Amino acid sequence: MNDTRQRIALLSKALDLLTDRPIKVMEVCGTHTVSIFRQGLRSLLPPSLKLVSGPGCPVCVTDQGEIDAAVSLAGINGVTVATYGDMLRVPGSGSSLMNERARGRDVRIVTSADQALEIARNEKTRLIVFVAVGFETTAPSTASVILDAHRDRISNFTVLDLHKAVPPALEALASDADIDLDALLLPGHVSVILGLSPYGFLPERYGIACAVAGFEAEEIMLGLVEVARQIKEGRPRVASLYGQAVRAEGNPFARSLVDRVFEPGDSSWRGLGEIPLSGYALREEYSSMDALKRLDISIRRTPPPDGCSCGEVLRGVMTPRECPLFGNLCNPSHPVGPCMVSGEGSCAAHFRFSAGGDDPWKR
Amino acid sequence: MCLAIPHRILRLFDDKRALASAGPVETEIRVDLVPGLEIGDVVLVHAGFAIERLLEEHGQEIEALWEEVRRMAGTGHE
Ligand code: SF4
Repeated sequence: MNDTRQRIALLSKALDLLTDRPIKVMEVCGTHTVSIFRQGLRSLLPPSLKLVSGPGCPVCVTDQGEIDAAVSLAGINGVTVATYGDMLRVPGSGSSLMNERARGRDVRIVTSADQALEIARNEKTRLIVFVAVGFETTAPSTASVILDAHRDRISNFTVLDLHKAVPPALEALASDADIDLDALLLPGHVSVILGLSPYGFLPERYGIACAVAGFEAEEIMLGLVEVARQIKEGRPRVASLYGQAVRAEGNPFARSLVDRVFEPGDSSWRGLGEIPLSGYALREEYSSMDALKRLDISIRRTPPPDGCSCGEVLRGVMTPRECPLFGNLCNPSHPVGPCMVSGEGSCAAHFRFSAGGDDPWKR
Repeated sequence: MCLAIPHRILRLFDDKRALASAGPVETEIRVDLVPGLEIGDVVLVHAGFAIERLLEEHGQEIEALWEEVRRMAGTGHE
């Protein structure tokens, strides 16, 4: 414990020495956001280092129209919707999967794609729609299960495929002058699958300093020290500081499964809008498992709720507290936007940890 | 949602499934995204699937960075 305390003190001092001008760092991943709050790291940052949260919570970036499609699918007779627990409370334009379940629709929580397929194997009279969300970390598991269903000819298993790809979204943020990022703390578990090379354009084309970091207090602080050093030296690159889990080449086998099942397609992100080739579209060979085609439902664009600033929050141009709805009108019991729903949403994290409390790193 | 938790492989049922433990909790996981896993391997598990084998070493870049941090903040420089 004291060792950790000493090391954190060293890192905090190094960060101070390295930050000699205002810098803006985005932590892309929701797990980092929560970890930074939980471990009280904000109090250790130099005043000139501004840390903003990014679009790295797959639940938060699921577009309103996508939730509406899931809600419509749940309303069809004979359909069972299976999805990850966090998705239930995400509001669509009119309802949520949670509401639909309360109204008697068959909506079930699963913890893996495998469980959703298991439901299909066991309940042949139901048509299962697995609402598949997640980034590169999660897409391989969906791909693997689709290949299983295809091989075993499970005809009552379908997927509402909402998977999204992180690098195109980072490109959208990097090229947005309003956001003006100096550095990115890259998502650790997305990088486990992707490796490092898909991020190369960030330092090369946009001069953005990057580090892939783990999730412990020390690892996050190290990531910040690394990007601060790159900025000070004027040599942005992609540093790998999560060597236990992230190989330079990522997990090529998992990626090969994803490539067999999906091809790049456009996707709509809550708050960021449509980003070209930022989604994973099912390949033609597996189109019989596409829930939208099978049940003739389409994803429509709908305006966000009045006053909701999730778009600005997800792009790091507004802090959750600056949203006029934060706290009174939007809170974890009555979420208006998705950033307040998921445990990893930045609004939920700000709300949960807003009481402040003791600074854990003070002597 | 992108959480991934280290698990140790206890038993391999076939080329797709294994029993794994995280602390006292034992669960069945899928192992087909990481070829060649063996009993005793520690893997990161996300949404019920192992996504990578964990190594013991932190990697060179971390070691080098730590050295620099110590040099910068530990001695001198103040
Ligand atoms: S406080 Fe609520 S409405 Fe405002 S940005 Fe956050 S989730 Fe959206």
